[in-house]
Amino acid sequence: MKSGSNLEKVLAAGHFSVTAECGPPRGANPDIVRKKAAYVKGHVDACNVTDNQTSVVRMSSLAGCMLIKEEGIEPLIQMVVRDRNRIALQSDLLGASAMGVRNLLCLSGDHQKFGDDPKAKNVFDIDSMQLIHLVKTMRDEGVFPSGDKIEGAPKFYIGCAVNPFADPFQIRVPRLKLKVEAGADFVQTQCIYNMDKFKKYLELAKKEGLHEKVKILAGVTPLKSAGMAKFMRKMVAGMDIPDEVVNRIAAEPKEKQAEKGIEMCIEQIQELKELEGIAGVHVMAIEWEEKLEQIIGGAGLLPRPVVE
Amino acid sequence: MITGTPKPIEEILEMLEPYDNIVLAGCHGCVTVCRVGGEKEVQVLASTLRLAREAAGRKINIREVSLERQCDPEYVEQMRPYMKDYQAVLSIACGAGIQFLAEKFTTTPSLPGINTGFLGVTERQGEWAERCQGCGDCVLHLTGGICPVTRCAKSLFHGPCGGSVQGICEVDKEVKCGWQLIIDRLTALDQLENYGKLKPYKGWNTSRDGGPRRIIREDMI
Repeated sequence: MKSGSNLEKVLAAGHFSVTAECGPPRGANPDIVRKKAAYVKGHVDACNVTDNQTSVVRMSSLAGCMLIKEEGIEPLIQMVVRDRNRIALQSDLLGASAMGVRNLLCLSGDHQKFGDDPKAKNVFDIDSMQLIHLVKTMRDEGVFPSGDKIEGAPKFYIGCAVNPFADPFQIRVPRLKLKVEAGADFVQTQCIYNMDKFKKYLELAKKEGLHEKVKILAGVTPLKSAGMAKFMRKMVAGMDIPDEVVNRIAAEPKEKQAEKGIEMCIEQIQELKELEGIAGVHVMAIEWEEKLEQIIGGAGLLPRPVVE
Repeated sequence: MITGTPKPIEEILEMLEPYDNIVLAGCHGCVTVCRVGGEKEVQVLASTLRLAREAAGRKINIREVSLERQCDPEYVEQMRPYMKDYQAVLSIACGAGIQFLAEKFTTTPSLPGINTGFLGVTERQGEWAERCQGCGDCVLHLTGGICPVTRCAKSLFHGPCGGSVQGICEVDKEVKCGWQLIIDRLTALDQLENYGKLKPYKGWNTSRDGGPRRIIREDMI
């Protein structure tokens, strides 16, 4: 075991894993996190806590992780390189590990332009690829990048993200390969709606043998409405929602669209579960955590396995 | 070249509020090429300021000069004989020139008439674009001659990120994705193998982060 995290154990035991995410609130009220945690508890192997996603200021990811941990959920800390240089990143890694966080997702972070402080200075001292390498060096060699010995190496199950739908497509699998070589143990994908394109990506990854070197967790986001699908397609760069997906939900009357979105999400998880090389699913029910049980249970993934 | 853009005239007039007798200094270097601080721009700005101040009922005397380069002492020294006769110098050279005047003429306030931009190229008449951040550790041989530090909005060394769509960066529809450009160029050069290597963490100490930089050429001293 590299980290001893529950997620690592579940995957190592060969179970199809489930992760979800909790976005921390735009304020210091811990009850908001606790309320979300109640929807997540018991339904996942680990729960991501986002790090100022879309560059909008929120409660810190580490604080969010501690709050959900107190509620009995295994946290997965997201860490972006947009806001912190390598000194702060190393420090936060040590701190998170000390507090018992065992799963980590290494990200670049959305550009600050999209947030509420578009005039902020960005950092990008190292990139997400190099953050993966940095964590692996600290964990496996017990040294800082400077070469100095660490008093108690941090223990993380190291994750990365990929967007199979961004361009250029030809570089997407080589980029994943590079992340695996840098030290990623698992990968969570961008929300998948275009299953044909995702299958093409997966085939290419399998040709490189990547599914045997890294646990691939397929990302899904249930659609609440046809309007949400159209908005995401238009506003989120690299979000690929085919017409047939939009049309299917749009065909329903408005009051039934949410229900349809959940049904489509469940179907999709069931299809992903059957694909060779897919080790689990990452359910990003954005501000819709209360539906997680229905989705995950509906896909036949409850109760979650207990691995010692 | 170093590029720049004129400051709004209102901002310059506000800066000049305490003064009635100034030097307006242009430069024949980069700022002439990008049409923001050359001889012609000195004439236009001086006329504009005179008219504005006249209209406000408080005339201003402006001595117009254009140095070969404001970043070289031999040219800057040409101003020394008359500088004591003026209350301030408004420079429309780049930030280096403006500071060099301040450094050389310690008792004369040096004011910026332009906002200095970036190290760039003329893409077409009237359009300049950034190409270099002067980071002090060039990797262009590995990236097909396209700089990831400058051309990628996140300065990623292993891009492109998930926000690259059809060659366009998520930050702005007018901005090309630097990493799409790099991948295309590496493909054309048959050097895509350069992509598949993990690059060491960049040493930003050779960039601005190491403090003001200095180059010493012993052979020229």
